[in-house]
Amino acid sequence: MQAADRKPTTAVRADPVLVRINGAVKHFPIGGFGGLAVRAVDGVDLEIRRGETLGLVGESGCGKSTLARLVTALLPVTAGSIMFDGQDITRLRGSKLRRVRRRMQIIFQDPFASLDPRMTVGDILQEPLDNFSIGTVRERRVRVQELLRLVGLNPNFTNRYPHEFSGGQRQRIGIARALAVNPSFIVCDEAVSALDVSIAAQIINLLQDLQREFNLTYLFIAHDLAVVRHLSDRIAVMYLGKVVETADRNDIYDRPQHPYTKALLSSIPVPDPAVERERAPISLKGEIPSPVNPPSGCRFHPRCPIARAPGICSDVDPPLEPHGAEDQAAACHFAGQF
Amino acid sequence: MALPAAANIEELSAWEVSEKQIGLWSDALQRFRRNRLAIAGAVLIGILVLVAFGSPLLVHLGIIADPIKQHVEFIEAGPGQNGYALGADELGRDTLSRLLFGSQVSLAVGIMVQAIILPIGLLIGLTAGYFGGRIDNLLMRFTDIWYAFPDLLFVLVVVSVFGPSLLTIFGAIALVNWVGLARLVRGQVLSIKEKEFVEAARSSGSSPAKLILKHLLPNSLGPIIVTLTFGIPNAIFLEAVLSFLGVGIQPPTPTWGQMVFDGYEAIYANPSSVVFPALAIGFTLLAFTFVGDGLRDALDPRMRR
Repeated sequence: MQAADRKPTTAVRADPVLVRINGAVKHFPIGGFGGLAVRAVDGVDLEIRRGETLGLVGESGCGKSTLARLVTALLPVTAGSIMFDGQDITRLRGSKLRRVRRRMQIIFQDPFASLDPRMTVGDILQEPLDNFSIGTVRERRVRVQELLRLVGLNPNFTNRYPHEFSGGQRQRIGIARALAVNPSFIVCDEAVSALDVSIAAQIINLLQDLQREFNLTYLFIAHDLAVVRHLSDRIAVMYLGKVVETADRNDIYDRPQHPYTKALLSSIPVPDPAVERERAPISLKGEIPSPVNPPSGCRFHPRCPIARAPGICSDVDPPLEPHGAEDQAAACHFAGQF
Repeated sequence: MALPAAANIEELSAWEVSEKQIGLWSDALQRFRRNRLAIAGAVLIGILVLVAFGSPLLVHLGIIADPIKQHVEFIEAGPGQNGYALGADELGRDTLSRLLFGSQVSLAVGIMVQAIILPIGLLIGLTAGYFGGRIDNLLMRFTDIWYAFPDLLFVLVVVSVFGPSLLTIFGAIALVNWVGLARLVRGQVLSIKEKEFVEAARSSGSSPAKLILKHLLPNSLGPIIVTLTFGIPNAIFLEAVLSFLGVGIQPPTPTWGQMVFDGYEAIYANPSSVVFPALAIGFTLLAFTFVGDGLRDALDPRMRR
């Protein structure tokens, strides 16, 4: 996408980057003395460009969902800034924050927890319209039916309650709610992870259709690399609160630079028995460490197959630097050397 | 807005969603109806309400005797004697009539106390739960300290300071019972606040007031109703205890606790003046408890099949 205008420009209008995350940090203090905290997100720099889909992958507990909530200003950052279309949303409060909310929405993972069980589908979809006083009351009703049609549901379902729908249908309602205010940026926080494969495929197609139709920018969070590859233009890999690699989707699958990315990719099964038999998945040692007390230096070094520890890997935290292909960056002292 | 994204709408909207729509409250009502004990309790409460409102009329029509009028010649009459269906007490007053009138005080205490508790509990619970942090800490420690006072002692002190009127008794009982509701509401708010649908509502620009009124409150309504229902027998019992101790509603107004106290001294000579009010208290508590149980089961979404 937009290979020509990738260099950042100073003019806000022409800025190809919609969301710029600079050193975002989120620590959750865990009571007691000594100031212990879960370092869910610990210094993330990331750019999301207009009209693209950025896939964000990583194991459970690596801080993906926390990052999603920081980007949508549902959680306050501990440090760092998040620029949305040239505006630092971490400093906004009250009505200014509400104005930005209108331009970015979030689709949640659990279609059963994300819809208020005591509200009808019509009320759920009308809520954002009411909050932002969009149109007259009559126009809002029409818009609700239009939204239901848009996500492939029967527009006559407005009086139904969420419990009357299946998981896939409920996820469609969640998508319709996100679309209600005509946002330009949507965060999909594991939006298809809870669904059956066939239903997930339908939802993914719907998301792609909607992106084309309304020129949406997506931050698509998942732990399923196959899904992310299908949907994303660029991919960022997270490990223990940090981004360890970002690249164009083809580059990252063909030439991963970070050993963690390589290990993740090698765990994808191949639907060809011949290839699958030859495949040698790199199994990582141990569990993902506790984000309360992350390892010194490079956070991945205790599980890394190529780490030199004790040595530079256990002493120095590697910054995210260009490696490999154009537009590819990895946070590793020995990027690509495996 | 054009809708090409919905090209496949025909196929998708054919997905099955049951024809008959089930509202959440009607669903709960159905489950409540299937609970026999709860229905029995509800019927008993219905009768009690009728009695409370109807007893003055019965006296007016001459069907039952005046509950306050004393007949020296019939003191401690047994059940069925001299036209007293349930006998007469130590002052020669008709036990049946006093029993019927006693329901007025019991119901009034049970319901009025909840009416006072509800706003206090909601205000403190919602504020503590929603704002959290320092406000939560302050309010909850205050609640804890309040909770640490012995109930009966507290009520006795309040009533003896302000005098035993109906109003002080409502107030005193409410003052010891709001803590439970405040804690419950706080807990509900704390758990619902973290749900994704509340995050979604925040993300779609809902103000704090709207979040509380449209999402947090409706979703905690079930447990609140149940707690209030269980609070009614509690308050009735506490009032009976106060009357029994002689600091409740003052004579000659008939209350069940007072009747037990008055009849207590002659329990062997004339058991009917103790047994019947005691039974009335017992059955009323049971009725409200059954209804509370039924409501809890009916309103708990986990009980939905």
